[in-house]
Amino acid sequence: MLTKRIIPCLDVKNGRVVKGIHFQNLRDAGDPVETAKQYSKNGADELVFLDITATLEERKTTFEVVRKTAENVFIPLTVGGGIKTIADITALLNAGADKISINTAAVKTPRLVKESSSRFGSQCIVVAIDAKKTARNKWEVYINAGNTPTGIDAVKWARNVQQLGAGEILLTSIDADGTKAGYEIELTRAISTSVNIPVIASGGAGEPKHLYEVLSKGKADAALAASIFHYDEYPVHKVKSYLKSRGIPVRS
Amino acid sequence: MIAIIDYGVGNLRSISKSVELLGGKPVITTDKKIVSKSSGIILPGVGAFKPAMKMLRNSGLAGVIGKLSAEGRPILGICLGMQLFFTLSREGGVTKGLGLIDGTVEKLPVKKLKLPQMGWNNVRFQITNPVFNDVKNNSYFYFVHSYYCKPKDKKTVIAVTDYSIKFPSVIRKGNIIGTQFHPEKSSGQGLNMLKNFVELAKKPC
Repeated sequence: MLTKRIIPCLDVKNGRVVKGIHFQNLRDAGDPVETAKQYSKNGADELVFLDITATLEERKTTFEVVRKTAENVFIPLTVGGGIKTIADITALLNAGADKISINTAAVKTPRLVKESSSRFGSQCIVVAIDAKKTARNKWEVYINAGNTPTGIDAVKWARNVQQLGAGEILLTSIDADGTKAGYEIELTRAISTSVNIPVIASGGAGEPKHLYEVLSKGKADAALAASIFHYDEYPVHKVKSYLKSRGIPVRS
Repeated sequence: MIAIIDYGVGNLRSISKSVELLGGKPVITTDKKIVSKSSGIILPGVGAFKPAMKMLRNSGLAGVIGKLSAEGRPILGICLGMQLFFTLSREGGVTKGLGLIDGTVEKLPVKKLKLPQMGWNNVRFQITNPVFNDVKNNSYFYFVHSYYCKPKDKKTVIAVTDYSIKFPSVIRKGNIIGTQFHPEKSSGQGLNMLKNFVELAKKPC
C-alpha cells in the first residue's frame, strides 16, 4: 500500500546548510550533499531544500548544490525559496530538482501555477502555503516568509491551487513552526480533507509522536521536519519504526 | 551507449547520472542517428503524454523507436515513458501513443484516495524475470502518476501494485520494459532494477 512519507527539510544558504546539523558520522555537517546522502541512507522518503539565499548572485550556488545532490542521492528532491518565474523553475529542474515549491509568487501571480503545471506536469509543482490562525477553524495565508498577511482564507486558497494545477501542497502552520510542540492538527486536517491532492504537513515537529499525530488525526499524506532529524537523537529510521509500531504505513 | 530521449521538459540528470553510476554510457538526445546507434533506449518519466508524443512524431523519433524495437533493441520506459508504448492515452483527451504494446492508458479510478498517487508503494512480482535480479519482491518504489496502463495481453504484466485498483507496475514485451514507478528515484532497489536494464543493453541483440 502507499506509505506515508517522511521528509527532512534543509535550509540552504550560499550553498551551505544553515541551522546546525549534528550527525556524529558526517564528515562535513554543513554540506547539503553530504547531509542529503545521510538522510537518504537513514530512510528519508524525499528531501526538501529551502533556499534562503538573499541575492540573485548567491542563488547560483543553489543550482550547484541541486546538481550535486541529484547526482548522488536517488530519492525525490523538492526545491523551494524565492521562485518567481518559469525560467527559475526550468533552471532548477534542469539542475536536477524533481519538484519545485512555489509560495509567495503563487499568491501574487496564480497564473504561474497554471502555466508551470501544464508545461512541466502537475507532479512537478508544489504550492507552499504558510497559514496563521485567525479564529476557530479559520486560517489566513501569509506570504514573504510569513511576514505579510494576504486576507486570503487558507482552505479556499488550497482548493484554488489544486484547481490551478498544483500537484501537491506543502502546508506550514506559522503558529506551530519553531515551537517543537507538535504540528497544527486542525489546520492540516482542514486542508487535507478539502483537496484531492497530497498534503505535506510542516511546522512544529519536536518528537516522533508529533509525526504520528499529524499523519493520523491530521490526515496528512507526508510529514516534513527539520530540526528533529538534525541530531542523532531521532534519525529518520527510528522515527519510522516508531510510526510503524503505531500502525502508520511507512517504507522500511 | 544508452540514449535517453529528451522531450524538452523536466529533470533528466537523475536518470542520466544513475545509468552512468551503473556502468552505462548515457547520452541525453533527440538525434535520430544517435538513437539508432545506441545499444539501449530510455524514455524517461517527465512531462505530459500529448506534448511528449508530439515531440516524438515531429522529430521522427517515433518511427525510429518503432523500427528499433521491432529489431529487439532494449527499450526502457519510465512512468510516462512506459505509457507512451501503448496504443492510446486518455490523458488530456485521447492521444495516440507509439503503439508498441496493445492497450490503453486510463485515469486511476480513485474514490477516496488522492491523485496523483505520490510516494512509495509495494511492487509485487507476477513472473520471475531477469529485470528483477537482485530486487526484493514486494519492496517499495517511488510513484508519481494519475494514469495507469491497461495492456490487452495480460502476460505482459510482470509486476503489480495496488492503488484503488491493482494496476501493472512493471510490464515486459520482448525487449520492451516499462515501469510505472521511477527506478532512478527509488534508492537502492530502484538502482538494482535499472542496473538490470543497463546489463540488458550491453548484450548484443
